[in-house]
Amino acid sequence: MHRRSESMSARNGEIEELNQDEDAGVGVRALVGSGWGFYALPDMSDAAARAAGTRAAKIAAASATVPGPATGLVPLPPASGSWSSPCEVDPLGVPLTEKADLMVGLTTTMREHGADIAESHYRIWDTAKWFVSSEGHRIDQRFRECGGGIAATSIGEGESQRRSYGNQYGTRGWELVTELDLPGNAARVAIESRELLNAAPCPAGETTLILGSEQMALQIHESVGHAIELDRILGWEAAYAGTSWLDLNQLGSMRYGSALMNIAIDPTIPGALGSFGYDDEGTPAASRYAVHEGLWVGVLAGRDSASVAGLDYAGSVRADGWARLPMVRMTNVGLEPGPHTLEEIIASTDDGIFMDTNRSWSIDDRRLNFQFGCEIGWEIKNGRIGRMLRNPTYTGIGPTFWQSMDMLSSEVTAWGIPNCGKGQPGQTGHTGHPAAPARFTGVRVGVTG
Amino acid sequence: MSAELDLAGRVVDLVRRLAGSAAQAEVQAGHTALALTRFANSGIHQNVADATTSVWLRVNLDGRTVGGSTTVVDEAGLTALVERTIAAAALTPVDPGWPGLTPPAPLVGDGAWDEATAQAGPEERAARVRAFVDAAEGLETAGYCRTVHWSGAFANSAGQAVAGRATEAAMDGIARVPGADGVARLGSRRLADIDGVVLGGRAALKARAGTDPVELPPGRYEVVLEPTAVADLLANFAFYGFNGKLHNERQSFAEIGAAQFDAAVTIVDDVTATAGAGVPFDGEGTPKRPVTFVGDGITTAVAHDRRSAAEAGAVSTGHAWPGGSAFGPLAANLRLQPDEGAPAAAVAGPAADGHTAALLSTMERGLLVSDFWYTRVLDPKTLVVTGLTRNGVWLVEDGEITRPVRNFRFTQSYPLALGPGAVLGIGGNAITPADSWDIFGFTGPSLRLASWNFTGGASG
Repeated sequence: MHRRSESMSARNGEIEELNQDEDAGVGVRALVGSGWGFYALPDMSDAAARAAGTRAAKIAAASATVPGPATGLVPLPPASGSWSSPCEVDPLGVPLTEKADLMVGLTTTMREHGADIAESHYRIWDTAKWFVSSEGHRIDQRFRECGGGIAATSIGEGESQRRSYGNQYGTRGWELVTELDLPGNAARVAIESRELLNAAPCPAGETTLILGSEQMALQIHESVGHAIELDRILGWEAAYAGTSWLDLNQLGSMRYGSALMNIAIDPTIPGALGSFGYDDEGTPAASRYAVHEGLWVGVLAGRDSASVAGLDYAGSVRADGWARLPMVRMTNVGLEPGPHTLEEIIASTDDGIFMDTNRSWSIDDRRLNFQFGCEIGWEIKNGRIGRMLRNPTYTGIGPTFWQSMDMLSSEVTAWGIPNCGKGQPGQTGHTGHPAAPARFTGVRVGVTG
Repeated sequence: MSAELDLAGRVVDLVRRLAGSAAQAEVQAGHTALALTRFANSGIHQNVADATTSVWLRVNLDGRTVGGSTTVVDEAGLTALVERTIAAAALTPVDPGWPGLTPPAPLVGDGAWDEATAQAGPEERAARVRAFVDAAEGLETAGYCRTVHWSGAFANSAGQAVAGRATEAAMDGIARVPGADGVARLGSRRLADIDGVVLGGRAALKARAGTDPVELPPGRYEVVLEPTAVADLLANFAFYGFNGKLHNERQSFAEIGAAQFDAAVTIVDDVTATAGAGVPFDGEGTPKRPVTFVGDGITTAVAHDRRSAAEAGAVSTGHAWPGGSAFGPLAANLRLQPDEGAPAAAVAGPAADGHTAALLSTMERGLLVSDFWYTRVLDPKTLVVTGLTRNGVWLVEDGEITRPVRNFRFTQSYPLALGPGAVLGIGGNAITPADSWDIFGFTGPSLRLASWNFTGGASG
């Protein structure tokens, strides 16, 4: 694998950091008997590949001294192929002066509109991957990913308030950043961050909750995406990331949410951050349901975990670079469109709160009990948006929450999250989450310290 | 001269040759060899290692600053790194906050190196896993054993040239019974300190003692936090409270000179007194030295890199991270000082050690908390954090552990939890729990606190 990346951040009218990085290497995973071993070197030569293979086999032999249950691999015909993500404007080809002017200009606008701290950023990755296996796979892929956002922070006497916009990433070129229209939103987020300092606090109690699509992406990621990872369900992540409340015996029969809930695992979505042609075991990208009309019907799986679970599909194994072991990861996990619009949802709500844009997130190790904070909220009274609310939080239990979803918008955005942590050693994953505004009933809000 | 110092010096020379002597350059070269043996369902299921050399370069050319890194460290790779970094500098705006390079300064030490840990192979890690699994006597177990060694060097065009190396070993595991997990976690500079029998036995004891937990109502409880939970407090103090950049931006609670903590609290950053990343200089080449952030309850300092220090009119405290300007300086080796005169009691039950047992022995009614999980900051300025308990909570009545309790969600200001009058006892034995990201060495003893705000049960 060979990867070039670039990131720039600006703060209060100046470039705060510009980094351009490159890394390249080979990682080998070996199965010897029932023991796995993995070794990686920052060198793509034939000699390095042989050396990595030898070490991986030695490590696999050590694994066999404390064997777990025997694992097989779901059969996979050898594949040869190429894939590349769509890219209209090469993000690394856009002149640095142009990108720097954009970043600095955004912070200047936010400062002019009241932000104490104005920040902007973008990140770009350009990755070439080659995958071969002893089973005969020969695959090459190229990923060009980018995205960015802006944030305005206003500092009060007792607290700070932040508003952001963008925070969007995809397997696309610089056109993604252009389409975000960051300049068109800079003044708004600055003004809102300052208004939040004097906004009413989010009331505490149970109410009807409407979530915007950006917050819905995080809700899906944390309370569905991680819960349906088969390695968690099987206990392979028990000591760190945790397990899952889901029981494989109930796959196909357990109600996860209301009938409006259709969650697809779909790495084929053009331009979404979790898209690919083949996963890092060589399984071709394919779409399947995780939740269909509210019933739990699918998982994110790898060839070994699927074999243990008695499933016949894999396709969700990815590694954070050549130096890390491929493991079960989210691809694009998201909602299919509902029958409503956000406008209709608000209009049909007599008393509730609308929240959007995540500020904090916490969920238990079984992916059941969550508490999320959003940057901003608004009262909904008699079908209309009312006053702004600061420090909005909500909490709940995954299946109870999803079963309370009684309205879902058709306005789907495929959000990208570039910082999903999992594994030991730690890996950072890029995941996609199609999401739309939705309404939930009987939700506890306004939890404070 | 170490291989990494030679490498760093070559890159500095390359910058001079390609950009002229006026260019300011700083280079960190490092070799990391990490090996981690992971187990679940009582068997090794992931077993990995890698050995990577990388170079980080930052140049300031005509007042413009750019950074970059590479793992391609042959001549062509290094030349490409230098050429693209210089080219980028010509296209970026002037950096008025450039703080200049670290002047030559000697190191306090050369790191913490244990040759046996550096040379450990997969068989030695597997043996500790075997011991952990066997010590759990049939309970399902999961976790990891890790060895890592770093050899790093820093050189800049102002003449600073330093090198150091360090090792770390860690084990973190749980034992499981239906509905309850028990944890044992330890990091050290030496693999020889990691005893799978002790850790596996402790995890199993905790798991068995957690069987059939009861649900208690949310509310404020007196607590004893074990070192595994105390590490989370220190992490959040490091990321937010003592971060000099956030302090400059008025986003930190820290007020230098104010008595913000209980008088029993002293917090020091000391790379020589903890595990975790251990080379004795920071990402800008500033030698690391012990820094007291809280002394006898009084906030005395925040962490600075050269940029945040310049903004504050202070000096760097040696807490720069390569490429970390946007996040700010980070004290990765915080240590909450133990009460060296604290008593220890006999351990009978799930308490982590005798010092924890002693803290519990005088508690009228409260909770013993093993671990925190998924903590997130609701507001950096007040450092209100939400998260959950994990791996064991017990009710304590009249100095005795009486029953296991189901997990809670909490929402709590961390500085207020350790505020004046809030600390009822500090254990006498500080330990470094293993850190999953092989970076941090947050180290502390058990703590008895007057109040912790539990805002919900884990079941709702």
